[in-house]
Amino acid sequence: MTEHAGLKIALVGNPNAGKTSLFNQLTGLKQKVGNFPGVTMDKISGSFKLTDGTPATIIDLPGTYSIYPRSMDERVVFDVLSDSTAKDYPDVIIVIVDASSLERNLLLFTEVRDLGIPTIMALNMVEVAKKEKKSISVKALEREFETKVVCINARKGLGLEKLKKALTEKITEPAEAFFQAKSLSPEIVPIIKERFDLKNDYLAYQYAQQTYSKQFLSNGEKKFIADAKVKYNFCDRQFQTRETVERYQGIRKKLQSVINDHGKDINETRSNKIDRILTHKVYGYAIFFTILFLLFQSIFKWAEPFMDMIDFGFARLSFLTKQYLPDGALTNLIAEGVIPGLGGVLIFIPQIALLFCFISILEESGYMARVVFLMDKIMRKFGLNGKSVVPLISGVACAIPAIMATRNIESWKDRLITIFVTPLMSCSARLPVYAILIALVVPSRTVMGIFNLQGLVLMGMYLLGFVAAILSALMMKYILKAKDRSYFIMELPIYRWPKWKNVWFTIFGKSKTFVLEAGKIILAISIILWVLASYGPGEKFDNAKEIVKKELETNQIAAADYENRLSSYKLEHSYAGRLGKMIEPAIQPLGYDWKIGIALITSFAAREVFVGTIATIYSVGAEEESESTIKDKLRAEVNPATGEPMYSLALGVSLLIFYAFAMQCMSTLAVVYRETKTWKWPILQLIYMSGIAYLGALLAYQLLK
Amino acid sequence: MCSLAELKPGQTGVVKSFNDEYLSLKLLEMGVLPGTEVEMKFAAPLGDPICIRVSGYNLSLRLDEAKTISLA
Repeated sequence: MTEHAGLKIALVGNPNAGKTSLFNQLTGLKQKVGNFPGVTMDKISGSFKLTDGTPATIIDLPGTYSIYPRSMDERVVFDVLSDSTAKDYPDVIIVIVDASSLERNLLLFTEVRDLGIPTIMALNMVEVAKKEKKSISVKALEREFETKVVCINARKGLGLEKLKKALTEKITEPAEAFFQAKSLSPEIVPIIKERFDLKNDYLAYQYAQQTYSKQFLSNGEKKFIADAKVKYNFCDRQFQTRETVERYQGIRKKLQSVINDHGKDINETRSNKIDRILTHKVYGYAIFFTILFLLFQSIFKWAEPFMDMIDFGFARLSFLTKQYLPDGALTNLIAEGVIPGLGGVLIFIPQIALLFCFISILEESGYMARVVFLMDKIMRKFGLNGKSVVPLISGVACAIPAIMATRNIESWKDRLITIFVTPLMSCSARLPVYAILIALVVPSRTVMGIFNLQGLVLMGMYLLGFVAAILSALMMKYILKAKDRSYFIMELPIYRWPKWKNVWFTIFGKSKTFVLEAGKIILAISIILWVLASYGPGEKFDNAKEIVKKELETNQIAAADYENRLSSYKLEHSYAGRLGKMIEPAIQPLGYDWKIGIALITSFAAREVFVGTIATIYSVGAEEESESTIKDKLRAEVNPATGEPMYSLALGVSLLIFYAFAMQCMSTLAVVYRETKTWKWPILQLIYMSGIAYLGALLAYQLLK
Repeated sequence: MCSLAELKPGQTGVVKSFNDEYLSLKLLEMGVLPGTEVEMKFAAPLGDPICIRVSGYNLSLRLDEAKTISLA
């Protein structure tokens, strides 16, 4: 027993069987997200009380069709159920079974039951089966499969009390295993049982089947099993095939007395009618692109007021902090480092919440599977997968929720490619940078009668990002070695109305995970950048106030400008400013000077910081920090070497290309780290994207100069 | 003998054997067993993947994958 004394339950079931609904119904908001050791998978657990008041914790295991894992996520299921020494090892397993496709669901049930842990069957969607004129005899089901069966309706939350009560009762063990593991490997099963002190035949057999994916076995133990397998001629796949076939035969035979099928699939025919429209050659794509357009609009437009509110709120908070706390380094750190850093994390929440609202509605309704179905062939050409569509499109709003949305791609290679190329899509943070640069260097002219040239260039920037993403995916397709073979064998679930409770829990859970996990890293880097920009070495920085005052006096500049000049001067001589000057030789071939260098460094935190930094460097007062004033200042800037305007077409295009490709978003890096659980991928991404940004900008500047 | 990939929408067939061991394991788990009846429902607009009806539910798979399933 762990620190929570009480019943430990594991919830297992097929995808789409209603597992998440049941979990949400049982636990409400008493959920927490943790990690399984060594896998990129959230461990979602929750707590509730049984009918007799006993506390219980329940783990929501990933949906799977069998305990033989196909993806990293599915591996967790067997790991949790097989290691009796682990702290997550359950006392009871609830297997949720979808009554409308009983046969397939029972495969997993019989596998799990054979592991020797007390198991209860929660029979869900009996009403769907009834509508299909299938009557299921629960009594016969209990008798044939030797288990306690509780009928529930996970969507409506019916039958929960019965389920909670069943958990307090003693669960009788079945007389014998559904599948006799010994029949396939009479020698190995007893050997492994003895060596690992196991009581259960099937578990011992599974040790042999899944030796290498098991985390808790030592290398010596793995070798012991591997040697025994060679000695007794244990053939994994052949045995697995025979086991699966045998189980299905047993299930089909037993089901004859359980199901009375008057065979008329009402839901199925309704679903098919909807499919005829939604997967139609013309309407199918038209509807899909309309939904995309809506999603895109909502993330851009509906999130905007909330993001502005958060932005304003934090600016206000920072201002008040400065006003009310005593002057000093700590106050500055809080007001200029911590609060804006926190704001920088929270500002993404409206977009994350809206995106996941859409995604979970699409998933709950069954439409997502059709999107994947429609797009698979096109995406496959580029090393992607039908399931990459949503992340890529979402990347236009923000790469963070987009990368979080890659979770449901089973193939690790496809998922990694999707994660890797998604940040190349032009996200909304690039928009302010694009806007100001385009306004600066592209003339506002009408071309071909109706199009505004600036608008066309802006669209071109989005296209550029998309092409870069697709081509990078294509390249990675050939470089990356597949850990697992990609396949597309996937259930197309029937259409259903989304369950709002589940939608809400998804939004809440994803936002919370983002704030807690990525937030920590974003906050830390924000503080580091603040320190770099607010402190500097040597006398020039320490005596900033005196130097600027003297300068103002000698140059006869109005005292009102003092604050602006001071912050500009301080930034120039800060560590960030020093860094800007240090990298000047490297960025000179792109046409940038040290001022732009500083902006590049500070906008590593987030691209949109570019505009703010530029404003500070050219000492634009805070009260006049609007686009037009910044534009005027930039336009007046003269290149000391040539005497021409600094912001020429060449520089503008070079900067545009740099911002289109460069990985300047630590939030994204933090999320990629979180999703891949290694720094390898975010670092590679940083190098790769900065590399093409640099080369692209270099090429553009040198050609246009 | 033909493969599942050759069925036209609405046609049915009975699974006979598989010629890809790795995929067959997944297919078996999904209820596509030798002796099971499958019905071709519809194909995606670009002809691939396809959707079949098996064991009381709809399953989608790519044409390449359907080719590995021989029908009796």
